[in-house]
Amino acid sequence: MANDNQNVAFVRSEMLEESVPPNRTSGVVKWVWDNVLESMTNFQTIPASIISILMIILTFGAAYLAYIFVSFILSFAIINGVWDGVDRTACATLVQGGVQPDNWFGACWAYVDAYLGQFIYGRYPLDERWRVNIVFLLFIGGLVPMLVPSAPYKRENIIFMAIVFPLVALILLTGGNLDFEPRFIGSGKLGYAVEFVIFSLIVAGLAAAWAKGTASEPMPAFKSALIVMGVIGAVFLTVAVPFGLEHVETEVWGGLLMTLVIAITGIAVSLPLGIVLALGRRSEMPVARAACVVFIEFWRGVPLITVLFMSSVMLPLFLPEGVSFDKLLRALIGVALFSSAYMAEVVRGGLQAIPKGQYEGAMAVGLNFWQSMRMIILPQALKLVIPGIVNTFIGLFKDTTLVLIIGLFDFLGMIQSSFTDSTWSSPVQSLTGYMFAAFVYWVFCFSMSRYSIYTERRLHTGH
Amino acid sequence: MAVSESAVIAAEKPSVSILNDQKVRGQIFQVILVIALVWLGWSIVANTAANLRAQGLPFGFDILKDTAGFSINQTLIEYSETSSYGRVYFVGLINTLLIAGVGIIFATLLGFLIGVSRLSSNWVISRVAYVYIEVVRNIPLLLQIFIWYFGVLRLLPQKREAADLGIFGFLNVAGLYLPKPIFEVGSSWIFYAFIIGVALAIGIRKWAVKRQFETGQQFPVFWTAVGLILGLPLLAYLVTGLPIALEYPTAGNFGPRGGLRVFPEFIALLLALSMYTASFIAEIVRAGIMAVSGGQTEAAYSLGLRANPTLRLVVIPQAMRVIIPPLTSQYLNLTKNSSLAVAIAYQDLVSVFAGTALNQTGRAVELILITMLTYLVISLLTASFMNWYNRRMALVER
Repeated sequence: MANDNQNVAFVRSEMLEESVPPNRTSGVVKWVWDNVLESMTNFQTIPASIISILMIILTFGAAYLAYIFVSFILSFAIINGVWDGVDRTACATLVQGGVQPDNWFGACWAYVDAYLGQFIYGRYPLDERWRVNIVFLLFIGGLVPMLVPSAPYKRENIIFMAIVFPLVALILLTGGNLDFEPRFIGSGKLGYAVEFVIFSLIVAGLAAAWAKGTASEPMPAFKSALIVMGVIGAVFLTVAVPFGLEHVETEVWGGLLMTLVIAITGIAVSLPLGIVLALGRRSEMPVARAACVVFIEFWRGVPLITVLFMSSVMLPLFLPEGVSFDKLLRALIGVALFSSAYMAEVVRGGLQAIPKGQYEGAMAVGLNFWQSMRMIILPQALKLVIPGIVNTFIGLFKDTTLVLIIGLFDFLGMIQSSFTDSTWSSPVQSLTGYMFAAFVYWVFCFSMSRYSIYTERRLHTGH
Repeated sequence: MAVSESAVIAAEKPSVSILNDQKVRGQIFQVILVIALVWLGWSIVANTAANLRAQGLPFGFDILKDTAGFSINQTLIEYSETSSYGRVYFVGLINTLLIAGVGIIFATLLGFLIGVSRLSSNWVISRVAYVYIEVVRNIPLLLQIFIWYFGVLRLLPQKREAADLGIFGFLNVAGLYLPKPIFEVGSSWIFYAFIIGVALAIGIRKWAVKRQFETGQQFPVFWTAVGLILGLPLLAYLVTGLPIALEYPTAGNFGPRGGLRVFPEFIALLLALSMYTASFIAEIVRAGIMAVSGGQTEAAYSLGLRANPTLRLVVIPQAMRVIIPPLTSQYLNLTKNSSLAVAIAYQDLVSVFAGTALNQTGRAVELILITMLTYLVISLLTASFMNWYNRRMALVER
């Protein structure tokens, strides 16, 4: 077989250049084929043809809707948007008494610009707005390092956000110097202080008595009760001290400030309350469990708007005569109770996800209930439900808009009320305002939901 | 042995304070809790009674018999200004159930469509679905209602004009004027025929399943059921002499007249509610379908099932198990969210009963209690259905 070579007519002596793959198997064409066209070009059988035709309709319908939406936003908000102006003439057509050509239809950003201060601060006095700004800055300064997982000093940060920030915010926003009326002794802040000291001593005494009853040392219990009461007293003292800040009624709060106050107070109150309720619902004590179940199911079963009606109309009736809350505080109570029921269910989900061995392990090393909760169970359970908590917060943030129905001026309420101003009244005013509101709410909610997804991925320890 | 050992332990048990006993502690805590709750409840009732007395307001539910004296534009049951507040309650409740029912249907259809689209291999469809979900569910519902009502629907033709939608009637800023079905004598037979059709379809399905188990022969249940459920009423319609006629609205000088008027408040609320809820339902559907692992489909294929039966018999039943519980809670959310109607004065329960009626009478406690209890009953009924369903559908694990 040595002569084999001679029978071969042609043997290539060098390799050919690699040729470009066919159009349909690479690049843009392949991508479009795989991702768009393939799903709508199967006509081999009747069912497949029906699906293909449906896909064609759906694809073109979806693309058309997207085109309408994007082109409307572009033309309304950007191409035809008016950025400068001092009053309605800038945003009205000639027929409507303005300067724009007929058939002009665009956003009036000049109006948003003129009202921006009100949208953010409500009717908060102009000279005092710096106080709100400081609160915003402190909040961002405390929040960002808390959300970044690698930032140090988490513990201090949490203490700052849970205790220091609310206190500072309360004093800055209201002006501090709150009144405290004693119930039994004397009058004014001094009487209240005396009452508080007596009350603290009673509490500490009870703690000591309990310690004695359980055959442990009474003094440490007495001391720690006094320390707790001392901290509460210090908080009261701080808000009672006159710092010389002008008092600002909550009536004039509004805009984004109001929205954030309601949302953040709601979440800050509902988290601890929700944890207690969730623990109560899983407790083995029938009375406690029943109370928690009834509480949670009641608030989850009614719409928030009826809760707000209740807190604004009925809550004053529940209180003893002479005691009254202001409107904002009533709404806050309603929102906080409402969202704590939802938070309780989120936390319960986390508690249920912890394997039984963790509970048993905690018991085996001799921890009591609260110790095992604080050191073993809750840190794991809460970490698991961070996405759920963020989602609850997103829901709460969106639900704050409902307070405008009971006459509070939150961000949306402020925008809604600005429509009555004749300086800027034009046919595009309401659409501009709503678009701005939608954008702001969307930015807040979307970034929160992204953060929630990010945490979910970070905590995902599965395979 | 065991008995004597435990007896020894019990005898040698050191005498510790009974306060250290977990059970005793629990009981003490519960007694304190009961006392606190009773005190709280009692003080609320006592304070309310005192406050009501101070304001000169009586307490009692006989208010429901008083004449309301205000008009309601959308009434599905008979109502006039001389009707009682009790009647107002039912008008409001039915309006709430109407918007919730129609909203649920639209939200489900749209939600399933978008949820499936989100998983489509078609890039255009899945992107549009994604953008829809992320835009719509991150904007507050109340704002969406405002946008539809004050923003979009106000751009419609003015009252005296109307856009002609052909067989669908007219549309303008005062509402949508649909053809109105007029039920004449004999139309009830169509309804009965429908019921009979459904009953027969269920019976045939049972029989077909039984026969398939016994003989292995299949029966075209689906098409038979379609024929029965649609065909019998159609037959009744023809036999009884076409008793349902459509009254078309006409374009008058002062806007459309006649027909079935759908109020703009209803339209705005319906659009906002169903689009908002659809974005949540879409995510639920997506999660449900993705929860069925690919192995299930592969196993079905290896058993010789084709794509369609695989989807119908393997994937969908398992996906529905995951989808239905959160879906129900979305339905519940939609029903509760329909109370936002009060912001644009759609005359639902909260708007007419906890709104107008409350403002007229000032009887906040009774009216708000009734309103809240109504929603609570709806929620609890749904929740108990859910529990029943979960028990039925729960995977039997060993």
